Amino acid sequence: MSEIALDAGMQTMATTSTVGPPLWLLAEITYSCPLHCVFCYNPVDYTQSGVELSTEEWFKVLRDARAAGSVQCGFSGGEPLVRDDLELLVAEAHRLGFYTNLLTSGIGFTPERAKALKEAGLDHVQLSFQDSTRELNDFLSHTKTFALKQRAAELIQSNGWPMVLNCVIHRLNIDYIDKIIELAVDLGAEYLELANSQYYSWAQLNRDGLMPSREQLDRAERVTNEYRAKLGDKLKIFFVVPDYYETRPKKCMNGWGNIFLTITPDGSALPCHTAKLIKHLAFPNVKTSSVKEIWYDSHAFNHYRGDAWMKEPCVSCPEKEKDLGGCRCQALMLTGDAANADPVCDKSAHHHLVQEAVAYAQVPDAQRVKVQPLVFRDPINSRKLSAKV
Amino acid sequence: MNDVDDILNSTPSVASMFRLQWEEVQQCWVLLYPEGMVKLNGSAGEIMRRLDGKKTVQTVISDLEIDFGTTGLQADVLAFLEIAGQQGWVKA
Repeated sequence: MSEIALDAGMQTMATTSTVGPPLWLLAEITYSCPLHCVFCYNPVDYTQSGVELSTEEWFKVLRDARAAGSVQCGFSGGEPLVRDDLELLVAEAHRLGFYTNLLTSGIGFTPERAKALKEAGLDHVQLSFQDSTRELNDFLSHTKTFALKQRAAELIQSNGWPMVLNCVIHRLNIDYIDKIIELAVDLGAEYLELANSQYYSWAQLNRDGLMPSREQLDRAERVTNEYRAKLGDKLKIFFVVPDYYETRPKKCMNGWGNIFLTITPDGSALPCHTAKLIKHLAFPNVKTSSVKEIWYDSHAFNHYRGDAWMKEPCVSCPEKEKDLGGCRCQALMLTGDAANADPVCDKSAHHHLVQEAVAYAQVPDAQRVKVQPLVFRDPINSRKLSAKV
Repeated sequence: MNDVDDILNSTPSVASMFRLQWEEVQQCWVLLYPEGMVKLNGSAGEIMRRLDGKKTVQTVISDLEIDFGTTGLQADVLAFLEIAGQQGWVKA
């Protein structure tokens, strides 16, 4: 799943001085996943997460969030199809008036389940190419990947859902962007999101191995533009560059506690899906608080809301409302303080950390001296890493 | 027939990619689509909710003028429909 899609979709919503409703509810219903993506944004210690919310507990979250004004509901994970009550959750969300989105790799998406989800009122499926890397050759040669995605794509089309494909782009697959676009065309996609990996959680661990060089990036953008010209309205392609290559940070999640509410499998409520790495904030849980209490009254959701928390260089910056100082998680990961400017910003005293990572990305693989092997997102690695967190 | 007559006699509806619904918390009509939302202002919402694929634009204008006790809405409605068409919110 990609946060960029979520971001872009809500750009019509302006930031206001009063706190608006949590328009976007992301229900991460499970951390279970048959894949082992090296760029996964789930926490590296996901194996230490508490017991998953029950069907009834999710029903309460959905009712509660809808009453608080949530209108978009994304079912994500992990792989949400792993839960066999997904159809029940979608049906309840639909009954409540949510626009329902399923964010899936397509694994477990059988004709029977597609039919049941359609009957439950599912509005949209975003199919991701989020496998690969461990099976990079399969992915690139279109064999297993193509067969799986083709089956899922046929189900999406035959059930009348709009076809939105998402592919996380990184150093290892970016040179094959033409093949990825052609795969999307072959599958009959209407929208393709080529989202460069963002460096959180597993992707942060694997950053050196995942960040493309500037040359790779330029070429990929050029190729994408050539396809855009050739394909016209047939396929709309969104290309998202990695923020490390920018000099101003992204307005992360459109502002802390502004639009997005993520509920993790064990019921923790977060302003974005990686916020749990900010360990000094105690995030509320839907088992003990209502969505309205969480959204409007909790310390965690108010802490980085607006701009009162800012320090220099943000506090006196004329652009501070434009990007709200970027991403709190990225500031914490790279500088040790979540209230610092996101070091993507070239006004940040820590911007050199981003520049150093970008400089290393220009070193060809063959010339790299000490190469860290990629760390795959799986339970064994998670348990090992949990001991260190 | 000229272009305006064509439009007045057409029977547009909300495009299949979008869902129009009233949002109680926001007190407005919204258009929902995959992972996104368009918040409509009062008059846009009142026009959109009347587009059912059966009523002509002429009828929609008359209905609006009756419901709001006013006249001369044609230019505003046509201007909105042009934007809505460009945005892909309605299909003719």
